[in-house]
Amino acid sequence: MATQHSRSAARLMISPAVLLLLGWMIVPLAMTVWFSFLNYNLLQPGPRTFAGFSNYYYFLTDPAFFTAIWNTLVLVLGVLAITTVGGVLLALLLDQPMWGQGIVRILVIAPFFVMPTVSALVWKNMFMNPVNGIFAWIAEALGLQPFDFLSQAPLFSIILIVAWQWLPFATLILLTALQSLDSEQMEAAEMDGASALARFFYITIPHLTRSITVVILIQTIFLLGVFAEILVTTNGGPGTASTNLTYLVYGQSLLQYDVGGGSAGGIVAVILANIVAIFLMRMIGKNLEN
Amino acid sequence: MARRVTPARKATVTAAAWALGLLIFFPILWTILTSFKSEGDAVAIPPKFLFFDWTLENYAVVNQRSDYLLHFWNSVVISFGSTFAGLLIAIPAAWAMAFVPGRKTKDVLMWMLSTKMMPSVGVLVPIYLLFRNTGLLDTRIGLVIILTLIDLPIIVWMLYTYFKEIPGEILEAARMDGAGLRDEIIHVLTPMAVPGIASTLLLNVILAWNEAFWTLNLTAAKAAPLTAFIASYSSPEGLFYAKLSAASTMAIAPILILGWFSQKQLVRGLTFGAVK
Repeated sequence: MATQHSRSAARLMISPAVLLLLGWMIVPLAMTVWFSFLNYNLLQPGPRTFAGFSNYYYFLTDPAFFTAIWNTLVLVLGVLAITTVGGVLLALLLDQPMWGQGIVRILVIAPFFVMPTVSALVWKNMFMNPVNGIFAWIAEALGLQPFDFLSQAPLFSIILIVAWQWLPFATLILLTALQSLDSEQMEAAEMDGASALARFFYITIPHLTRSITVVILIQTIFLLGVFAEILVTTNGGPGTASTNLTYLVYGQSLLQYDVGGGSAGGIVAVILANIVAIFLMRMIGKNLEN
Repeated sequence: MARRVTPARKATVTAAAWALGLLIFFPILWTILTSFKSEGDAVAIPPKFLFFDWTLENYAVVNQRSDYLLHFWNSVVISFGSTFAGLLIAIPAAWAMAFVPGRKTKDVLMWMLSTKMMPSVGVLVPIYLLFRNTGLLDTRIGLVIILTLIDLPIIVWMLYTYFKEIPGEILEAARMDGAGLRDEIIHVLTPMAVPGIASTLLLNVILAWNEAFWTLNLTAAKAAPLTAFIASYSSPEGLFYAKLSAASTMAIAPILILGWFSQKQLVRGLTFGAVK
């Protein structure tokens, strides 16, 4: 029913958003590619020379690169595992009839609204500190040796902090999905004598598949870019024990002022993120069509 | 038809849910409590939960010492500024895509979603250098520009899912009653679109308020919002737990309250309309 006239008006209305995003995609990315082929360090004056693939060579053969890839993987998968499994269980619990459901929901969702720098610092100082932290106090009360979380198990500690921030998100989405589950179907299954476990695996889980996919997709996007939590807790250390890819590139570019090397790292990060994105978009596309 | 449950079962569920809810909320509660303690009580072992000398001193000290209000104001300007700019660009786009969909509309939407997948760190170097060369480093306007661009896809998607739900027939009905295009927009569409726009605004203010990659990398003393201000407590200054807690409480309180109001919109906004 749309006329030629309204079509061109629509195009005019869409174009600012599209052009801005196109510019945002192309201009900085092209510059990153360009810099990644130059010998370009902000601390070294003089002409910038063509470097070929040497920036890539140095970045990819740096042992820190493999550590960072591994840490990124562990961080993303660790947080995803905790938040999806925990989220499903928590959503199932919150979906039951209870007193004060609204308040419990508010309590559970709250961590999602805490800015990353605050949650990282609160956990680092008031919980994980080996002298004054609550965990140290609990350990001592139980007669155990206090554990220095951030120097003994830095990556694990960061996973814990990030999972705390994202568990509410997974729970909220899965709870929303659970509430749209047809209760008649559940009752029919119950009357037919299906056990609680059977109902969970044959009705609840299939119903949740789509939302779980969405949770995984969206969290992965954000988790690949975890940065502030690392910056304020461990600075990527000790050594490179808690450096992820984002933090490695940040260090190379803004701490060592190596524009060429940092750019090569940035491009590597973009390529890896795209591989994940293609995989995820396909998965979500398949799920969304049903 | 609600399923009947025994009171015993309901009581058990209630106890378990409250216990877990309080456990998850505990770090926030603890931060708020600690903000009212003296530094001595803040690090006391065993920890003091409720029985300590309540004091407002930390709030006073944080406000005096560190230009807290400046950073708070930076957060307000950056989060609201980027959200308003994003809405200004996104409303026409989402409107056109919802009401005059073309063959490529779906593709454009998916493409916008895909721009969200580009890792920020991939463009950190050029953005940093561009900002340095144009004097945008450590300015509020610079951050408003960046946050507008990174939140634009979410704003478009969210608005699109809301506008999509406005039935097209209502426009035809208005037209039959002799309404012109102007009447149509002012009296029919706008009232129906306002709730969706308001939810989008709320969610994006929250996201922008908590954004902590660009705000940390592109600001120093002048334009730093609360995310960056709190990060400065990671230095030994952070050992003053009570003051850290007071600063943290002030940084998260406004958004915690806004967030509780936006629970429902949060799901729709962050899942790009895939879960409602």
